[in-house]
Amino acid sequence: MSATTDVGPVPATRTQQGAPRRKRRERGGFGLALAAWVIGFLFVVPVLWMVLTSFHSEADAATNPPSLAAPLTLEGYRNFFGAGGGPSPWPSLANSLTASVLSTVLVLLLAIPAAYALSIKPVRKWTDVMFFFLSTKMLPLVAGLLPIYLFAQVSGLLDNIWLLIVLYTSMNLPIAVWMMRSFLAEVPVEMLEAASMDGANLTRTLSQIVAPVVMPGIAATSLICFIFSWNELLMARTLTATVAETAPVYLTGFVTSQGLFLAKVCAAAFVVSLPVLIAGFAAQDKLVQGLSLGAVK
Amino acid sequence: MSTTLERAPGGPPQTPEVRSGGALRRSSDWARRAPLLPALIFTIVITQLPFVATLVISFMNWNAYYPDEIGFAGISNYVSVLTDENIRHSIFVTIEMTVVVVLVSLLLGMGIALLLDRKFRGRGIVRTMMITPFLIVPVAAALVWKHALYNPEYGLLNGTLTWIWGLFGSDNPPQPDWITQGPLLSIEVALIWQWTPFMMLILLAGLQSRPLDVIEAANLDGASSWQIFRYMTFPHLRQYLELGGLLGAIYIVQNFDYVFTITSGGLGTANLPYTIYQLFYQAHDYGRASATGVVVVIGTILIATLALRTVSSLFREETR
Repeated sequence: MSATTDVGPVPATRTQQGAPRRKRRERGGFGLALAAWVIGFLFVVPVLWMVLTSFHSEADAATNPPSLAAPLTLEGYRNFFGAGGGPSPWPSLANSLTASVLSTVLVLLLAIPAAYALSIKPVRKWTDVMFFFLSTKMLPLVAGLLPIYLFAQVSGLLDNIWLLIVLYTSMNLPIAVWMMRSFLAEVPVEMLEAASMDGANLTRTLSQIVAPVVMPGIAATSLICFIFSWNELLMARTLTATVAETAPVYLTGFVTSQGLFLAKVCAAAFVVSLPVLIAGFAAQDKLVQGLSLGAVK
Repeated sequence: MSTTLERAPGGPPQTPEVRSGGALRRSSDWARRAPLLPALIFTIVITQLPFVATLVISFMNWNAYYPDEIGFAGISNYVSVLTDENIRHSIFVTIEMTVVVVLVSLLLGMGIALLLDRKFRGRGIVRTMMITPFLIVPVAAALVWKHALYNPEYGLLNGTLTWIWGLFGSDNPPQPDWITQGPLLSIEVALIWQWTPFMMLILLAGLQSRPLDVIEAANLDGASSWQIFRYMTFPHLRQYLELGGLLGAIYIVQNFDYVFTITSGGLGTANLPYTIYQLFYQAHDYGRASATGVVVVIGTILIATLALRTVSSLFREETR
């Protein structure tokens, strides 16, 4: 058996002698690799263009054909951060950060115990509970928004960042429960039992057996919840005004054109997206798991 | 042991329960439930109560501009939802946008996942480049598409056309006004750009979970690449295609950011979320906004049921 698997997959037409780990056929490989590179490049072009334009002067940003080699400047960023007048983006960035971080903390506080009760010591009918959580994620947000708006109006919570924090928590909780359950399910239950028989206390069990398995999962879950909260527009747009507006709401100020403002728009789009880019690349390996609600590993 | 396993099919191996007495079991049941309850109660209160309220309001005559006329309206809101030209149009826009974006990004995502499943130089870099569109804040991405790419005077698309025509010595390149000439298509292209990476990631995960030894065996037996794809890869990918399609559909149906940013609902591109937003946030017609919301929920339940079925089949496989 081992002889066949060792010899079999090595085709005679193999070209790359120095690459022992390549098992697939290499014929046509160059063309397909080139295609992958071209497609990948096409998909990243709008982002590259956004970054390049943000470092051009407004005059260079608005030329046709585009001036790729124009001198770089921080003018767009200075304008975005309020050098040319207009409201400063800092309060909205701070609001976004508050809402995203605090809602993520709340999500973890609620999701980790719940995931524990759904995996390590599962309640009866735990799959039903899992699917209840998931089903709340499938109902369109916009259909429940009006009562929330009216409630906020009556209770004076309109334009209050805490309202967004609570709503973002409920928005991300199903994702977090699903992700955390799939991570906790990997905790070796036999080791937990052995530890409790040996008289290890709870903190010891948590820090030495559970934490090493679960910490990467907690990190990935937090990053994904952070991204979804940071991106959210509809609720922030309808439930906040000048005090609690978040960065995406601030960006909606650029929806209508305002003369030569392309570099400023691109700088704004890049600055606001930067935390998501960082969090996303950090969570790259677990991104699929989060986006598919833990269904795909 | 076997009885406990039977009661939770597909669950992780459970510790055998002590079945000594009803009271003891009940108290241990509650100890098990306790960590779950805060999350469960929170979710029910924040997500389910508003829907109940929406349902109630949808049967009411309630416009904030006419506070004296609040009252029971029967099904008149639903009648007006289904007869209103604009709302009916937005139902079709929502369906068209969802179908086009999901299908195209699934197909593109599958092609790219197949390319990335092969080993080649710089595969990691290409994968990173492919993920990037998904990591741009949707409003920001929509702004970049609107102003930096589609703009007829200095957008990158027309700029590139000018450059290409210039290469051939022509100073009369076509300069279409992309958003005005194809408003819905402009939104869809931007959405496809952002969602293809999502599909690609899910399908790539599906491809990489294929049993490679079987495929190598088929390879040895002289099966062609097409045969391997048609009879082995594709059937394996099917549930990942379903999952990607259904999750994508759930997100795209709810899409608000792109419509709001690129066309502000103009030029016949208002989808249901945007229409509801307008009805309640600008027209303050709470009754009709709620009835439209209920229609969206009914429409989504169909997709959601299918999605839940797909997730549960994957879930059972994983926990088996």
